[in-house]
Amino acid sequence: MIENNIVKINAAPNNRPLSYKKLNKQIHNMINFKHKKILLDDVCGQRFIAASLQGNLEIEINGLPGNDLGIFLDGPKIVINGNCEDQAGNTMNDGEIIVHGEGGDVIGLSARGGKIYIKKDVGYRVGIHIKEYENKFPVIVIGGTTKDFLGEYMAGGLIIVLGLKFLPDGKIIENPHTICGDELGTGIHRGKIILRTEEDLEDKLGIGAKVDKMTSETEKEIRPYIEEFCQTFEIPLEMLFEKPFKVIKPISKRPFGGNYIGTII
Amino acid sequence: MYWKNYTSLPKQFRNERVFDGCGISGYMNIDGKRENGKKIIDMITILNDRENGLGAGFAAYGIYPEHHDCYALHFLFDDEPSKSNVLDYLMDVGFIVQSEAIPTKIPPNVDNPPITWRTFFHPQEKKNLSEDEQVLQIVMNINENFEGAFVMSSGKNMGVFKGNGWSHEIAEFYKIQEYKANMWLAHSRFPTNTPGWWGGAHPFNLLNTCVVHNGEITSYGTNKRYLESFGYKCTLHTDTEVIAYLFDLLCRKHEMPIEISSIALAPPLFKEIERFEKNYKIALKNIRATYRSAMLNGPFSIVVGLANPIPTMIGLTDRKKLRPLVIGVSEDDNTIYMSSEEASFRRLMLDPNINFALKEVWHPKSGTAIVATMGRGLSRNGLEKPLEKIELTIEGDN
Repeated sequence: MIENNIVKINAAPNNRPLSYKKLNKQIHNMINFKHKKILLDDVCGQRFIAASLQGNLEIEINGLPGNDLGIFLDGPKIVINGNCEDQAGNTMNDGEIIVHGEGGDVIGLSARGGKIYIKKDVGYRVGIHIKEYENKFPVIVIGGTTKDFLGEYMAGGLIIVLGLKFLPDGKIIENPHTICGDELGTGIHRGKIILRTEEDLEDKLGIGAKVDKMTSETEKEIRPYIEEFCQTFEIPLEMLFEKPFKVIKPISKRPFGGNYIGTII
Repeated sequence: MYWKNYTSLPKQFRNERVFDGCGISGYMNIDGKRENGKKIIDMITILNDRENGLGAGFAAYGIYPEHHDCYALHFLFDDEPSKSNVLDYLMDVGFIVQSEAIPTKIPPNVDNPPITWRTFFHPQEKKNLSEDEQVLQIVMNINENFEGAFVMSSGKNMGVFKGNGWSHEIAEFYKIQEYKANMWLAHSRFPTNTPGWWGGAHPFNLLNTCVVHNGEITSYGTNKRYLESFGYKCTLHTDTEVIAYLFDLLCRKHEMPIEISSIALAPPLFKEIERFEKNYKIALKNIRATYRSAMLNGPFSIVVGLANPIPTMIGLTDRKKLRPLVIGVSEDDNTIYMSSEEASFRRLMLDPNINFALKEVWHPKSGTAIVATMGRGLSRNGLEKPLEKIELTIEGDN
């Protein structure tokens, strides 16, 4: 079915969800027919949606995509009208994943490029081992709060957590929960984690991470992403600058080097 | 489905290994309304990427109201002689109220299916041994010493249906749709550290305690030795069995509140304990020290069903949240859902025949129990700190 140049795929014909293989095959068929915009309806936990897709594509998802959404993604934009499950953006190379809801655990696992924007809260181990190289620069922005192990073994890129709460009536308030869990940035050796909070983070730091003040340079660096995030999810930008930002940085490029070669750290 | 190894596992298969993760689901109606198995089948079969056809099972509470005061023993037998052996033994140690086949639908091409059997049983009255303790010993004895026989479950007014196959096959085999229960647990298995066989499928049961588990218990050796010192016998070649026995030990034998038991099984790190106020610090340290060998290590998420004294459903994950668990509450606050993936709830929304809507869906904190009790509702939502909402008084010097 095609409306406004968007081709629609029903992921649960007769209320019976398709297997992930069949669903991905249908997506591939539509791409072979040169469709650029695809809408998936009634998605119900199918894994590996849009795996390894390349090029200029737009995929919109109604329902709940399963684990490993957009794994190895290389270019397309995926918009989810609802929550997503664990490991979204696993090892993604380029492209965008935009979630109008909550995210699960291990979002952006080993991502090496692209953008992941999540409107509400996320779970444990978000941004584990994301990395940058030359012009590849992964960015994860979270509107709500996160749990333990944020940015574990981070090797580059940027994670921003805003600590907002979105009420059902559309109001946006400060999230009453703590912005992140324990072991923040354990083993981080490159890249930055930016948290919008007044909390004392010293207790929560993992091995190899330190808290730093926001500089105008860093602010300039993150501003375009925050502006884009606010535009996407209709958040008043000025509200975000009412609270200070804190930066988590690595203390060293080799936090565990001492484990292997004497005392060098 | 695999039509062999019903009641014991041949030696040459005991070290087989494959790798991935399982799916767990469960729900409970707070008002005690009994529902047929359709919803739980939908919830577990949608997680079919989490299983590999090497085991699945269902636990249902409140299915035998006409025999609610008898122990409902569910058996698997290899052949008629082993069945009559066990029934003779049961008549020696107690009274059989009713004994019948568990209705099954056996595919036409299978020539030696297991004998599925249930017996409603009363142990003899003994002065110095409670009924529960007697049944426990009978179950352990049958599983250890009777060849060709295996006890799937031994609780009152509940039953476990499990086998070696895909979850949809097991549901069809045992005709799960025809039972009406107020609390359902389900599991689909992807065995990692232990082989797939009928007895090794989840849920694991002892008396009224049922456990479905995703993950692996790396502290199995420690837990097993600890349990053996209390007379439990671990005979099923699967790590999950220790969780079922630990819940039985802590909640039934030691009469600990569920909130405390869950802390004993997944205690906070010492680093975290140091941040608590004095009373809480002492309590948490004492729990950790007393039940050091009961602590579960390794990745796990579990859903546990208890029925004594009131039916209770518990969800718990390991302290580092290495396995998923999602909680949902229905719009009228009457049903609590737990599952490995939110997809289970989403699957029910797709069904036009049931009016299904959730008020809230959330991910609990790691190592924090979610407790739902029949008649009382959700008493802990999995977002609290350890011992929050519990008043403490410390006696003696510490």
